Amino acid sequence: MSSLTLERGINAFKAQIDAPMASFFSSCVSCGMCAEACLFYTENPEPRFAPIYKLEPLRRVWEQEYTLIGKLKAKLGLSKPVTDAELAEWQELVYNNCSLCGRCTLICPVGNDLTYMIRKMREGMVASGHAPEGLIGASTRAVQIGSPMGVKLPALQAQVRHVEKSTGMEVPFDKVGAEYLLMLSSMEIMNYPEYLEAVAKILTNAGKTWTLSSECFEATNSGIQIGSSDIARELVSRVVNAAEKLKVKTVISPECGHAYTALRWEGPNLIGRPYTFAAKHIVEVLDELREQGLLQTEGMEEAKLTFHDPCQLVRRGGVVQQPRNLLNMVAKNFVEMSDCGTLNWCCGAGGGVSANEDAEEVKMKAFLRKKKQLDELGVDTLVTACANCRIQLEEGLEVNQMDIPVVGLTEMIAEHLVERKGGAA
Amino acid sequence: MRLGEIPIIVKDEVPIEGAPTSALGAYLHERGVSRRDFLKFCGLLASTMAISPALIPKIAEALENAKRPSVIWLSFQECTGCTESITRSHSPSIEGLIFDAISLDYHHTLQAASGYGAEEARAEAMKENYGKYVLVVDGSIPLDNPGYSTIAGISNLDMLKEAAAGAAAIVAVGTCAAYGGLPKADPNPTGAVSVADIIKDKPIINVPGCPPIPVVITGVIAHFLTFGLPELDSLGRPKAFYGQSIHDRCYRRPFYERGLFAETFDDEGAKAGWCLYKLGCKGPVTYNACATTKWNDGTSFPIESGHGCIGCSEPDFWDFGGFYQALSIPPGASGKNAVYAAAVGIAAGVAIGAMNKKSKADAAGLHQTVTVEELNQESQS
Amino acid sequence: MNDVDFLLWVKGPAFSAAMVIFIAGMVLRFFEILSLGKKVNYAVPKSDPVQGGLREILRRFGTDKATFQRSLLTVIGGYVFHIGLFVVVFLLAAHIALLKSIIGFGWPNLPTPVVDAFAVITMLTLIAVLAHRLQHPVKRFLSTPSDYVVWASTFVPVLTGYMAYHHLLLAPSLMLGLHILSVEFLLVIFPFTKLTHAFTLFLARWYNGVSMGIRGVKS
Repeated sequence: MSSLTLERGINAFKAQIDAPMASFFSSCVSCGMCAEACLFYTENPEPRFAPIYKLEPLRRVWEQEYTLIGKLKAKLGLSKPVTDAELAEWQELVYNNCSLCGRCTLICPVGNDLTYMIRKMREGMVASGHAPEGLIGASTRAVQIGSPMGVKLPALQAQVRHVEKSTGMEVPFDKVGAEYLLMLSSMEIMNYPEYLEAVAKILTNAGKTWTLSSECFEATNSGIQIGSSDIARELVSRVVNAAEKLKVKTVISPECGHAYTALRWEGPNLIGRPYTFAAKHIVEVLDELREQGLLQTEGMEEAKLTFHDPCQLVRRGGVVQQPRNLLNMVAKNFVEMSDCGTLNWCCGAGGGVSANEDAEEVKMKAFLRKKKQLDELGVDTLVTACANCRIQLEEGLEVNQMDIPVVGLTEMIAEHLVERKGGAA
Repeated sequence: MRLGEIPIIVKDEVPIEGAPTSALGAYLHERGVSRRDFLKFCGLLASTMAISPALIPKIAEALENAKRPSVIWLSFQECTGCTESITRSHSPSIEGLIFDAISLDYHHTLQAASGYGAEEARAEAMKENYGKYVLVVDGSIPLDNPGYSTIAGISNLDMLKEAAAGAAAIVAVGTCAAYGGLPKADPNPTGAVSVADIIKDKPIINVPGCPPIPVVITGVIAHFLTFGLPELDSLGRPKAFYGQSIHDRCYRRPFYERGLFAETFDDEGAKAGWCLYKLGCKGPVTYNACATTKWNDGTSFPIESGHGCIGCSEPDFWDFGGFYQALSIPPGASGKNAVYAAAVGIAAGVAIGAMNKKSKADAAGLHQTVTVEELNQESQS
Repeated sequence: MNDVDFLLWVKGPAFSAAMVIFIAGMVLRFFEILSLGKKVNYAVPKSDPVQGGLREILRRFGTDKATFQRSLLTVIGGYVFHIGLFVVVFLLAAHIALLKSIIGFGWPNLPTPVVDAFAVITMLTLIAVLAHRLQHPVKRFLSTPSDYVVWASTFVPVLTGYMAYHHLLLAPSLMLGLHILSVEFLLVIFPFTKLTHAFTLFLARWYNGVSMGIRGVKS
């Protein structure tokens, strides 16, 4: 069997480097502003955590392979090829200390999309055998079992039975021609079963046809996090196949940030063609229902609450206004964090950090940034729309002895849902 | 009294042994120059040379007592413009008289003698005043072929070397003698060089200009007579006359400061007397006294007539970009050259771009699908 | 070689060579960059990618308030010396005359003392920016020798230009020669150092902005 080698890694770098990356590397003036934009630096201020430095091996390959001056330098012995030891050293920077949150990408004054480059750099890290254990495990389970957490269909079926029992509604499986195919994340099946119930109620109440797929229910994509297009393609293809087999109009990405990125932005490029269906985040779907008058709520939350914007939704997905529209339907005391919206700070565990045991200490340090934002506000409740953020936030709040419950936006909406007569018929 | 009218330039009428011993003061007095006029001239000299007015009596005294030195004037590759300039010094003038006061023993244009007689006069003056005479040179010296310029069958180079050997000092008058001048202009067909390029063992005072200002020539001579060799700048010019740029003393300088420039020779700016920088004025890098002493009896200088300075007192001024091209524009700066450069870039870019494309395609071709089996194999090892 | 020979050399062959290297080098760099291509994006865009690209090209000249406060010195220093350089390079009459001779058209200039003041501000800011770079842990850590060469190659032309104008230290024509020579050095290294950002940042912002446009991200 073939094995992962430095050569394959460097080769992956070479194959990934494109015109945008060459423009980015050509434009960096070492101003250091990306460091100030990155919570892995601000909460743990070591200069090597500056985002641009995390890309140094990739930059060197670009310079040596794709620039005249770099080739000349290499010939004159002024630059050394990237070594396996260096890539091993960079694993910590590229995986443990980056959540692909995209804040540096937004701040960089010359316009460098550093997040895009880190994502691409991980391709080479994987190919050279420098991906972290935790992500390897998650990817393996995702490919072999169908879920990064090892959740199998019977577990979902058990959840479904539970939901059907408590709501009295049918939770359909494999219904061909349904408008929506509902995808889930294992985190929701295992940690937040109330999500499925909430969506079931809302969609059924809105009179929409929807279904789950017994062939593929997992929307998360470990391939995106570990940074392997080969694995990501395998995983996203399963969703595409299920959706096309069931001939649905829209696939709903669950309350998960990177699943949305995987399905909405990377998916079509991984399979090399546009989808035959639309891919939307649940928050987008809910806001559409609201606009169509199919989502009506009653009662208001009295608690002072705020919304944590998941990075993949705001900065990498353009979903900013929708959760606010929804929250304003049900919350009296909705206050915004500083830097809310596209510039919101990451929870500290996105982009594979949560699945990476090596990053456990780091991600709690990174959480301190969120803590500062929350301390400024003094809220009673924290709402978000990403299960991965939610787990990190809950853990961070607990570690820091902050008594703030974290609630999923969909659940909160569902709690205030006005059941339309005949709507569920 | 005009220089041309003075009989002393005819060798026979000037007793050679008398010249160096006769004091200048007495000579001027004999010629009817009043004490008052003489002091006025000393004042002028003091101001042009930036000497304190307190020193005027000293200058006067020194000049009065100066001995009339023997001067040999050699003309090589030149246009006689320098001599024209001196003879057109506003007359009657004391500058002219100072010039008269020297014992000009040899000068092509001005001497009456010709042929062997002239050359004999030169040989005699050199012999009589060996080590003491002042050698004035105008014109450059051709090195490519000695035949390009000869006098009485003697090449300029030989004549210069011979005359320089016995000179106390050399005054290189005009830009040709000082720096090669027009004959040296690209492509320098005669291999013209300056006096200083050949003579290395004598003090040389460069009095460049095309032509030099008359009062500067006489001023330098006066300085030499009174205080000896003047202080020179890095280009061998007396600092007293060449210490400031035309730009520094230009009456249009305020317009430069305010950023008001004539764009053409007949626009409103030109009529309003705005700065001529954009019309090619070389004033900022040209060192001469034109802006202060002016020309034609203090009438004006070129910029006052509406034309930029062409930088004639600077080496290689002829090749200093176009006369009408702004100083900041290098000769090679043109859209055409930029397009050529871009074409070179495109050619090289296409080549290196093709290499990059191939390199990237090769890398994509070498890609082996990453499998979870491989990942796990790696993580166990 | 006297001052004038030197000035003639820097204005003549040296300038021509520097200009060729600069222009050919920058064109070459763009080929180098663009030849690497960009994959087609099959994701359905949420908003107009072209608008996104153009918006980011403009937007990144500014900064959000929080970032401004966090990176105060970097942002202010950056603005001041870039604006200063812009004024000094593009609004001095002598420079405009040179540019006009190459590109065929000119524009109004500022009064010389104003440009002079900008030169002083630019130099002081460049010194402050360098001090900040040496003192700031991240900047110092990220800086390579090339970054310092780039700094010097930007600073020296302003300094020599200033000194030539004010007749400081050396004969103005010699200083002018040094000024032009230092600019030529800048031009020669320009395409092969981070100085390229002056051009490539538009590409970088464009690509980033297109991606943001596709994703419907407005900042």
